Amino acid sequence: MRFVLRRAGFFLLTLWAAVTLNFFLPRMMPGNPAIAMMAKFHGRLTGQALVALETIFGVNTHESLLVQYVHYLGDIFTGNFGTSLFFFPSPVSQVVRSAIFWTLGLVGVATILAFLLGTGVGIVAAWRRGGLLDSIAPPVLVITSAIPYFWVGMIFIMVFGLKLHWLPWSGGADITLTPGWNGAYIGNVLQHAILPGMALLITTIGTWVLTMRNNMVTTLAEDYVRMARAKGLPSRRIMLDYAARNAILPNLTGFAMSLGFVVGGAILIEYVFNYPGVGYMLLQAVQNEDYPLMQALFLLITVAVLVAILLADIATAIFDPRTRTAR
Amino acid sequence: MATTTVTVQAGHSTAGQAGRRVWRAVRRNRKAATGGVLLLLFCLIALFPGVIAKDSPTAEIYPKNLGPSAAHLFGTTGLGQDMFAQAVWGTRQVLIIAIGAGLLATAIAAVVGVTAAYLGGTWDGVLNLLTDVLLVIPLFPLLIVISAYVQNSGTGVLIAVLAFTGWSYTARQLRSQALSLRNRDFLEAARVRGERPLYIIAVEILPTMISLLLAAFLTNALYAILFASSLQFVGLGDPNATSWGTMLYWAENNEALQAGYYLQAIIPGACIALLGTAFALLNYAFDEVGNPALRPVRKIRSKRVQSASS
Amino acid sequence: MSSPPVPEPVLEVSGLSVEYVLDRGSVRAVDDVSFTVGRGEFLGIVGESGCGKSTLLFAVAQLLAPPARVDGGSVRFKGTSLVGLTDKQLAATRWRDLSVVMQSAMNALNPVMSIGAQFKDVMQAHGVKRGDEIVARSAEVLRMVGIDPAHLRSYPHQLSGGMRQRAMIAMAMLFTPELVIMDEPTSALDVVAQRSLMVQIKELQETYGFAVIFVTHDMSLISHFSDRLMVMYAGQVSELGATKTIFDKPRHPYTQGLLEAFPSIHGPRVPLKGIPGNPPNLALIPNGCRFHPRCPQVMDRCREEAPGLIDVHGTLARCLLYDAGAARNSAAQPTGGRTDA
Repeated sequence: MRFVLRRAGFFLLTLWAAVTLNFFLPRMMPGNPAIAMMAKFHGRLTGQALVALETIFGVNTHESLLVQYVHYLGDIFTGNFGTSLFFFPSPVSQVVRSAIFWTLGLVGVATILAFLLGTGVGIVAAWRRGGLLDSIAPPVLVITSAIPYFWVGMIFIMVFGLKLHWLPWSGGADITLTPGWNGAYIGNVLQHAILPGMALLITTIGTWVLTMRNNMVTTLAEDYVRMARAKGLPSRRIMLDYAARNAILPNLTGFAMSLGFVVGGAILIEYVFNYPGVGYMLLQAVQNEDYPLMQALFLLITVAVLVAILLADIATAIFDPRTRTAR
Repeated sequence: MATTTVTVQAGHSTAGQAGRRVWRAVRRNRKAATGGVLLLLFCLIALFPGVIAKDSPTAEIYPKNLGPSAAHLFGTTGLGQDMFAQAVWGTRQVLIIAIGAGLLATAIAAVVGVTAAYLGGTWDGVLNLLTDVLLVIPLFPLLIVISAYVQNSGTGVLIAVLAFTGWSYTARQLRSQALSLRNRDFLEAARVRGERPLYIIAVEILPTMISLLLAAFLTNALYAILFASSLQFVGLGDPNATSWGTMLYWAENNEALQAGYYLQAIIPGACIALLGTAFALLNYAFDEVGNPALRPVRKIRSKRVQSASS
Repeated sequence: MSSPPVPEPVLEVSGLSVEYVLDRGSVRAVDDVSFTVGRGEFLGIVGESGCGKSTLLFAVAQLLAPPARVDGGSVRFKGTSLVGLTDKQLAATRWRDLSVVMQSAMNALNPVMSIGAQFKDVMQAHGVKRGDEIVARSAEVLRMVGIDPAHLRSYPHQLSGGMRQRAMIAMAMLFTPELVIMDEPTSALDVVAQRSLMVQIKELQETYGFAVIFVTHDMSLISHFSDRLMVMYAGQVSELGATKTIFDKPRHPYTQGLLEAFPSIHGPRVPLKGIPGNPPNLALIPNGCRFHPRCPQVMDRCREEAPGLIDVHGTLARCLLYDAGAARNSAAQPTGGRTDA
């Protein structure tokens, strides 16, 4: 129980850090983008939009920095993320909503698949030490981990989209179709999701395979595995119950740390494939200088990562009896 | 813990001994050799670009979108620049970023990690918290947000931003190792001698951690390359710089893919992948050196050891 | 082999050698070791760290893992040769007839499974299907070692060190095998727990009649419990014989040195003598007798000639002092020894 509380506390702290970063960054950067922004928009925006911008940059208010900060925190906690500059006058929270579903679908599913598949391959590779899988997996995966995510996406577009015309490679679905919970639309969505999904899968699976394999190799050298052999247990049993169950534990916490990179990859893949998810929206927001939207998306992504880590922690607690009684 | 029969080396190794041991192990490793050669190749290209590519990378004087030919080994871009020259001259920028950010990030990670391990107590707690928070905040979105405000301000700033956001992963590893070293005898001896903590950290602990420091550098360099090119690709770097990431940015901007000029995207991507692979291979080799259990298992062919003859 | 007549052997090890294949060549951790274990016999194996005794145990139980491998010799358990069999082929014999107890229960027990689950899986693997049988037998063996069966639900980290070791021994007893191999099961315990564990093991052995091979570095501990004793040095057997005889009249200078290093509570106070030097690096074995650089009774020929095992009134000793061709030396008579056991 205390464990969960500590973790929750840590997450709140991280969230606070992210919010604070959002607040202070624009005010800290060289060249004070605030002033530049204000100058640029001054002629074009009036009234509400201008006020919104001023709130973000804290210009032209008569409040001290600290007071502004407190107001900002208050706004965030009440869910008021401001108004989007590009999609004016839609509030940010509304703009973001549409993108969330696309990303959850694509990135969520691809990541889970990559994790499960990668872990499985890693287990088998380590179990058959010196076998074919074990020999080719590490070098191949080392190479794939060094390939930039977006490049894989581009190659997929080139090969499967442009050259072979097998699959669509832009957007979340055909814009000519009306969205709805019907077979045609869903089928179309799935079609559009295949290429980016595969790209994401291929680029992220490498880490899972490698870390699982390395953990397994270390675990296989443990005494309790030797003991399991001494007991005459069937091979499968040893591999799963003795080796994998122990090897996966550090992997779960590692999962949390790699999430940051998965997110980065997802953003790039969405960009390359024009997939209307959170990442794509973030980059668009940057290009459109839509700062309220950008900040909100950054927070959203951070929250998503934190939630995933929390889930991984819970899973570890479930699978590892040592964490339940300790601390 | 499986027991082996080799005798245990007592005491600690000097920086020289540790270095030599690492060198010997690395030399024998095939992955390290491949990675090392690749890296060396790129370094050479970065040092003498003018020798290899005769054209200027920025001159937009050639016909646009040509395919590969004798005059233009990699073809030309949508703006009429020679791609071979771009790729070659771009190596310099990329390597500077990789090595610069790699070194800086590793330095920060070493300072934070080792200090946290050595000082312990509340300091450890505070530094740990800082590291963990930074670790959890997703890096690429953070970089995007920072770059949004910092627009186009040159390589130095890019290196600094990359280093100051990316040090936390390796800081954790270094702290772990420093922790395990903390109570060894040779450190006790230094403490008893009355050496100041800073001295102990710099002269006694750090040299022992050489192989992990090198591994950390390789990790940080690899991520610097990938993140930097990603940022440049989405247009958040300096679009007028000569770098592989910017090549990809222009390719995307000029809709090279749709138009069928695949080479414009393939070439810079392949360069990034190759250099990244070099770092990744070296890194993996270091993993194997540090943890012998991970080394490739060969079919056993026994060779007798010569007994000590008179 | 002319050791004192032993009951029909349960285990026959003959010329067993184990090597570690490393990048820079192989190292022989166990060199040409032979011994037998009779029914119900308690054999102790002692030696310094690194002498190869644990490797030997794993080799006998066919539990070696790369880069270690059996390089020669044979291991016959109840007449069947074990070397070269796959894990699958060994599965039937394992645990039913031959079980293993390891040094650290914290490392040898699966940390994510309860004790009961770890008892259950080995029973299921050997054909015990009914749940009530499994629980009954699990409870029974725990009671044998003095642990409350309620602990079947506990996880290894929830038990004390001593309890964990006893739980491991209970697990080894599940099928009351003919031979139990123990690798320093007491080393991780304090002195009091050590003694009580040893007594427990000896009681079980006398009740159920199984043979024991017990590896340890603690000679004084083993002396009270083992029937026969094997002293290992640098991967070889240096002395092998009845425990009492070895303690009364140690033949090999290494054994003498070991015994002299332990103070006697009963006897007169004598200054402790250690054995100078270190065991040899197995990658660079000295010529001749492996012990000669540290031997207080070294002769010239020891530097050239590697001795074989020589029968000295029922005890085997690997020492040229007992070789018929030995020169008449003032140091020819074995020194030291124990008058109390």
